[in-house]
Amino acid sequence: MRHLSPRAAISGIGELKPVRRTEGVTTLELLMQVSALALEDAGIGPDQVDGLLVGPQVGETPQHVPAMVSEYFGLQPTMSNMVDLGGASGPGMIWRAAAAIAAGQCETVLCVLGNHRNTPAPRSPNRNPAREFDPPFGASGANTSYALLMQAHMAAFGCAAEDYAVIAAGARGNAQLNPDAIFYGQPADVDEVLASPMVASPLHLFEIVMPVAGGDAVVVTTAENAKEGPHRPVHLLGAGEKITHRVVSQAPNLTSGPLKPAMARALSQSCLGIEQIKFLSLYDCYTIMVATTIEDAGLCGPGQFANWLRDNGGMGPQANQPINTHGGQLGFGQPDLAGGMTHVVEAVRQIRGNAGERQIPDCETALVTGNGATMSEAVALVLGGAQ
Amino acid sequence: MKDLSQLDVPGPTKTPLTAPFWENAAEGKLTIQKCGSCGEHFFYPRPLCPNCWSSDVAWTEVRGSGRLKSFSQIWKPGHPGWLPVTPYLVGLVELDEGPTLLSHILVERNEAKIGDRLEFIPQNIGGQMLPCFKYPDNKEEPV
Repeated sequence: MRHLSPRAAISGIGELKPVRRTEGVTTLELLMQVSALALEDAGIGPDQVDGLLVGPQVGETPQHVPAMVSEYFGLQPTMSNMVDLGGASGPGMIWRAAAAIAAGQCETVLCVLGNHRNTPAPRSPNRNPAREFDPPFGASGANTSYALLMQAHMAAFGCAAEDYAVIAAGARGNAQLNPDAIFYGQPADVDEVLASPMVASPLHLFEIVMPVAGGDAVVVTTAENAKEGPHRPVHLLGAGEKITHRVVSQAPNLTSGPLKPAMARALSQSCLGIEQIKFLSLYDCYTIMVATTIEDAGLCGPGQFANWLRDNGGMGPQANQPINTHGGQLGFGQPDLAGGMTHVVEAVRQIRGNAGERQIPDCETALVTGNGATMSEAVALVLGGAQ
Repeated sequence: MKDLSQLDVPGPTKTPLTAPFWENAAEGKLTIQKCGSCGEHFFYPRPLCPNCWSSDVAWTEVRGSGRLKSFSQIWKPGHPGWLPVTPYLVGLVELDEGPTLLSHILVERNEAKIGDRLEFIPQNIGGQMLPCFKYPDNKEEPV
C-alpha cells in the first residue's frame, strides 16, 4: 500500500446551522456564506485560495459548475473540479484536494457543499437505469434501497429492530449536545424510534435522516501552511475509496459494502489499526448504514454491531470510541450532499479540542466515512492531530 | 388484491436498447441479455457485456423463476401515485440464471420471507404490463 506523501492538513472549517426551509435563497449564496466562514476559520483571505472543489447540485448551474462558483466567489483557481459521489462527495474532496496539492497544481483548496430547500423540489428528469428499472415497480429511491439492505442484514444475522433503533436513539442523544442540530431539544429513546411511523419496512421514520438546507466548507492546504493558521492543523493520514454499483439490484453484497475496502486502505495508509482510532465519524443516512460500517470496519463480526455498541458504552462523548458526536445526520439533519461533510467538520472540531461540552477526552485520531447512492460509493479518511 | 392497473404512476423510461425487455415481458416472456462470448446472463440491458465487454450479446428468454433476496413493505411511497395501494411489497429477485431484478411482488402483507421461490408474471401497473413476481403455489391470485 502506498502512503500519502507529502501530507496535507485541514486548516479551516465552516458550517451553516441547518434549517428546514430557505425560501428564495440560492445555492450559490449559501456556498459563498459557508465558504467565508471556513476562510475566516483558517485565517486566510480569498486571495490565498488557488483550488476549488464543488458538488454537482448547484441547482442554478447544471454545467460549468466549478467555473460558475469560481466566478461568483471572485476566485481564479489553478485547479477546480466537481466531485460527484453522493454522500461520499465531502470526504472524497478532502483526499482529492491533498492529491492536487501533492501534484503541485495548487496549495490551498476550498472544498464546499451546500443546498437550499425551496418549494417545490423538481422531480428528477434522469433517463438512466436507476430511473428506468426501479420506480415503475413502486420503489422510491434511497428509502426503498436501504430498507432492502436492512431487511437482508436482519435476516442474515438475526438482528432485532431494537438493535438498529439504538443507533437512532444514540444519534438523537448526541444531538442534545449540539444546539445547531435540527433535533436539538428533541431526544428520542429506542421505544420512540420503534413507535415512529413505518416508512419502508423495516425502516421507521426516526431511522431516516431529515432533509434540511445547509452547507459545509473545509480548507485543505499544505502541512506547512496549516501551521501558520490560528488552529491546530488536522492532518490527512490516510484515505480510501471504492465504488461497486449504483442501483440496489446490482449490489454485489447486501450486508457488507464498499466502505470495507475503503476503510482498510485508509487505515493501512495511516499505519493505524481501527482500535487506535478514538473518534468514529460515520456516515449515517439510515441506522443500517452505521450498523454495516461498524462491522465492515472490523470493530466486530457480522451481525454483532449491537453487542459491540453496548460494550462500547453507546455513542456519546464518554464512550470508548464515540460515534457522531454532532448528532450524526440522524440527529443533525441531512443538508443534502453537505451532510457527508458534517462528519469531516466534526472530526476536525474534536481533534482541535474545541468541541465544547461534547468534546471527547484526548481525541487525537478520527475515522471519517462517506457513503453515496445505495451503499455503492464509499470514501474513508483517517484524520489525526499529529503528522 | 388491490387494483394496480388504475394507478397514476410513472412507467419505465424506455430506450431503443431496453425496449425488448419491456415489450417481451408484456407478452409474457421474461427476456434478458446473454453474452455469447463469456456465457454470462446480465441485467439491465447494455450494448456490450458488462462482464467481458464483448459485443456478442443477445436477448434470451429465461425461466422466469428466482429467489427473493430481500424485500420491503412500502408504507410511504416516494411517488404519490402509489398511495392508494399502500402498503405494498417490492423486492429483489435473483433469477435462476444469476442476475437480480428489483420488482413488484404480488403477495398479501407480511407473507414474504427471504429465500422464497418466486415466479414471473406480467402485471398491469398504471396501464402498462410490467414484469412482476408472484408465489408459484398461487398463494395470491394476480388481478
